[in-house]
Amino acid sequence: MKRFSGWTLASPATLLVVIFLVLPVLATIATTFMTPAGPFATYTSFFGSGFRRTVLWRTIQISAITTIISLVIGFITAFVVSRAPGWLKSILIIAAVFPLLTGVVVRSFAWLIILGKNGILNSTLLSLGLISEPATMLYTQGAVIVAMVYLFVPLMILTLAGVLESIPDDLIQASASLGARPVATFMQVIFPLAVPGLIVGAVLVFTGSFTAYATPQLLGGEAQMVMGTLMYQQAMVTFDWVSASTIAAIMVVITIAVVLLMTRIARRLNPMAV
Amino acid sequence: MTNKLHPALIAFTVLVFFFLVGPLVIVIGSALSDTTYLTFPPQGLSLRWFENIFQISAFRRTIITSLQIAFLSTFIALLIGIPAAYALNRYRIQLPGWLSTLFILPVLVPELVLGFSILKNVAAQFSAPIFLSLVIGHSLLVLPYVVRVISASLASFDFSIEEAAISLGSPPLKTFFTILLPNVRSGVIAAFILSFITSINDVSISIFMTGPGISTLPIQILAHMEQFFDPTVASVSVLLMALTVAVMAVVERTLGLTFLAK
Repeated sequence: MKRFSGWTLASPATLLVVIFLVLPVLATIATTFMTPAGPFATYTSFFGSGFRRTVLWRTIQISAITTIISLVIGFITAFVVSRAPGWLKSILIIAAVFPLLTGVVVRSFAWLIILGKNGILNSTLLSLGLISEPATMLYTQGAVIVAMVYLFVPLMILTLAGVLESIPDDLIQASASLGARPVATFMQVIFPLAVPGLIVGAVLVFTGSFTAYATPQLLGGEAQMVMGTLMYQQAMVTFDWVSASTIAAIMVVITIAVVLLMTRIARRLNPMAV
Repeated sequence: MTNKLHPALIAFTVLVFFFLVGPLVIVIGSALSDTTYLTFPPQGLSLRWFENIFQISAFRRTIITSLQIAFLSTFIALLIGIPAAYALNRYRIQLPGWLSTLFILPVLVPELVLGFSILKNVAAQFSAPIFLSLVIGHSLLVLPYVVRVISASLASFDFSIEEAAISLGSPPLKTFFTILLPNVRSGVIAAFILSFITSINDVSISIFMTGPGISTLPIQILAHMEQFFDPTVASVSVLLMALTVAVMAVVERTLGLTFLAK
């Protein structure tokens, strides 16, 4: 009896990805090398522009700061979640999943209400007498970072809670009974075991913030232009598709570089990982 | 172990969850305000901003478009993703190792790059209709979720049951519908739901595919916010949150929410 072969079954999905993702993305990257001015002209003009270098540097900064803050908050919270009793753990997981499944527009919009000139934070600070006139919080790097941290902390908590949960309590108790103080147990037992999870989390957050659009657009605007918003502007406002393709290519290269670098680090730090 | 957690750690965690849930509570509060501007706590209670959503034709239109795109792309992703996940699990030796990487490419390639590339090299190049481009983009976007979730449920499937059915003379398609599908039912439901919500919320792909009279809901929300700062957007956000709650309830019933933490 004739049965479907593996390739027959996998081919529709394979074709969809190859035709509509691999080829178009490769074509986008290829066009950046095929300009009349020479193969690297678009890149020399990108890196030759002080404004674009600032945008790239700002994006790297925002993404790095967001990653570090999310790692610290996520790690501590995930540790508490992983050691919480069953019923409480479920509630905490639900409280982390809910924002994660709520769209990025809604979650960024929330910070627009909070950080606006007449927003909640300003009116609270004013009524407490801590400031005398509304502070400008929107369209600053801080606003973008706060909203990005808000975006990625749930992801970090969920990624790390799974990893931390798999660390047996026995190990921690053994460490304690052998005389390690809590801090030593944390640094020498829990932290090394969590490294693979931390690296996965860091990669997700860094690449996610590096290529974000909606959040920097809403909370940073023109003043805090990042790679994503610059790419959109080049593609849809000034219709300079070569320039937009160049930004796209740089984004892809940096994303892949970060993934490869972090996987290498993960392998070095933990031979069991990956 | 729980009682040994340092109080500072617990206090920190409480603050973090306040930080996670607080902003969403603020959005809900602002949606109920009777004022023409966004404010929290709400001044006067009113549902008029919810009514207002449906009075704006752009919202009515984009809600329908978003639902259509989400249903269509999820359906396509299931149609091609289930066989792919099955092939990856059943014929692991026959298929090259890079194939499973290929199916997760849509989450590795930045969404903005994918959206722009579809616009430039599919929509503009072959003058494909915007609606079709949106369906293609969203099908790609949700395919990794389908493959991953279905693979996870197939991991615990005993393929010898299927062998038994086939050796007893059951034709392949009938075997698929009567043996395999019922066994991965909860996986299919979860994949459907996760894909649907991912598609509904997408910005980075849809932002490149708007045209005269066509756009998706999140893009319309962004456009509305540029002109008005009234509670309409807060009301739409509440509707989207209600959808999220429904989704979580279904996932909880089928796979358990802890699945998402893996």
